[in-house]
Amino acid sequence: MLRVEGVQVRRDRKVVLADITLDLLPGEVLGVLGPNGAGKSTLLSTLSGELQADQGNVWLDQQALSAWSGAQRAQRLAVLPQTSTLDFAFRVEEVVGMGRLPHQTGKTCDEQIINAALQAADVGHLSGRNYLALSGGERQRVHLARVLAQLWPGEAGQTLLLDEPTSMLDPLHQHTILQAIRAFADRGAAVLVILHDLNLAARYCDRMLLLEQGRPYALGTPTQVLQPEIVKAVFGLEVLVQPHPERGHPLVIAR
Amino acid sequence: MTTLVKPRTLFIGLTLLCGLATWLSLALGPVSLPLWDTLRAALRLMGLPIDAYGLEQAELILGQIRLPRTLLGLAVGGVLALSGVAMQGLFRNPLADPGLVGVSSGAALGAAVAIVGSAFLGGLPDVFGPYVLSLCAFAGGLGVTALVYRLGRRDGQTHVATMLLAGIALTALSGSAVGLFTYLADDATLRTLTFWNLGSLNGASYSRLWPLLLVTAGVALWLPRRAKALNALLLGESEASHLGVDVEGLKRELVFCTALGVGAAVAAAGMIGFVGLVVPHLVRLLAGPDHRVLLPASVLAGASLLLCADLVARLALAPAELPIGIVTAFIGAPFFLYLLLRGRA
Repeated sequence: MLRVEGVQVRRDRKVVLADITLDLLPGEVLGVLGPNGAGKSTLLSTLSGELQADQGNVWLDQQALSAWSGAQRAQRLAVLPQTSTLDFAFRVEEVVGMGRLPHQTGKTCDEQIINAALQAADVGHLSGRNYLALSGGERQRVHLARVLAQLWPGEAGQTLLLDEPTSMLDPLHQHTILQAIRAFADRGAAVLVILHDLNLAARYCDRMLLLEQGRPYALGTPTQVLQPEIVKAVFGLEVLVQPHPERGHPLVIAR
Repeated sequence: MTTLVKPRTLFIGLTLLCGLATWLSLALGPVSLPLWDTLRAALRLMGLPIDAYGLEQAELILGQIRLPRTLLGLAVGGVLALSGVAMQGLFRNPLADPGLVGVSSGAALGAAVAIVGSAFLGGLPDVFGPYVLSLCAFAGGLGVTALVYRLGRRDGQTHVATMLLAGIALTALSGSAVGLFTYLADDATLRTLTFWNLGSLNGASYSRLWPLLLVTAGVALWLPRRAKALNALLLGESEASHLGVDVEGLKRELVFCTALGVGAAVAAAGMIGFVGLVVPHLVRLLAGPDHRVLLPASVLAGASLLLCADLVARLALAPAELPIGIVTAFIGAPFFLYLLLRGRA
């Protein structure tokens, strides 16, 4: 689990992130949403240790994030960036296998995990293919499989940070991928995911954090957060909110 | 994408190729030796109890000339190819070359200083001559690379793009300094300088060989330990650090190994281009980009390729000898263009 206390980040004296305090709990999926430039990716960089907070603390498992050694941190914290720049012709399962780098679990165990992660991200059929020959959405799913393999099978004490994992996916795969992420959390891992689609977030997240100009505007269950006046204030969008006819979670419709 | 060669098959093939190239490199030259005699003499030199009858000439040529030359070729080819892999990993670009961090141009500058400087001082005693040249070349390569590395560092992080640009700037600067020395040099010195810049395995001696063999062995044993980290680095620097890789440490090691390896190679055999660029590429085409295979396979392939290039250099205009840098550039430059155009198609 991940604990964030009063984090503030400045860039060239401008405050880009402030007053962030939250606990990312085992077994939960926390969605982070907000308009472009609201500080979502900055938040993710701070939580992954890539960016140092100017104020406040980030704790991973009761220990300051910066105090973990590289490999130990990587065994319990995996990060999926928005885009990847891999420009070498690895095979799909080799890319996913890189997720096992921080572990010394042996070849047989690694192969089983790689297979399971490939299936979870629905890229099992791409096994053996050249990564560079894949489409954008397929590459995105391969990298998701890589970070899933890094923490597989996902248990309490492990944290997964995902930056827009569905941005290039077709409608079906947006759902299959979020179901895989949901299943990962159900096994005990804590998941923070940046999303743009309010309805996807409403369906799969336990809690949602809405960011506006680097500050938290609302934090709570989808039902608490997805109110027409809140969505109007954060996104400037007039919406209707109705319960989903079959599932009951809030459904956001632009007016 | 065609199917890749299995690592096992690749290693067997490359070992055979390397053995064959070594054998031919020992046998062929101005005085060609019978292949069978070459093999027996080589085995005898390695200490195997073989009847010396009729092998006197072969043993003399091998021991004095061909063996040091072949070992030099193996080491230079291997270490240049390894440095190429390291640089292509560091810059995460398959078209990167060991020269990018300024090591080659720095070594050229060091050598120019040594050659022109010693001529200016009226020549150094023969005992020191070759050592001064090698040492100056090595120091020049290491010095310029260290400077490039320093220039690329900001806030405790190494900016690879800045390093690349700093490498280009310092290469140009070293080039102008070499140009100045060329202008100052008299005719005899100019000839030495020119030949050195074209590279050659000629005049190999054991005394100049062992530092290079030591460096090559060191780099060849060290880099494969970092093969998995190098794979992860290709994903991107932040991705690699999320996978637990000490990225700053890895970058430092890669630059250091390259500076050491290329510096020692250039010090021993002059400027030999394109091996570091082309060999890792060929191996990747055959066996994929996994560094666990790429690193050791590149050593074998680089060593074989350089011996073959040296054979061409020795035999093409026999009894005269071409500088090997001309041969590698003649093969390497069109291949580089082919790679560029292939990507565009």
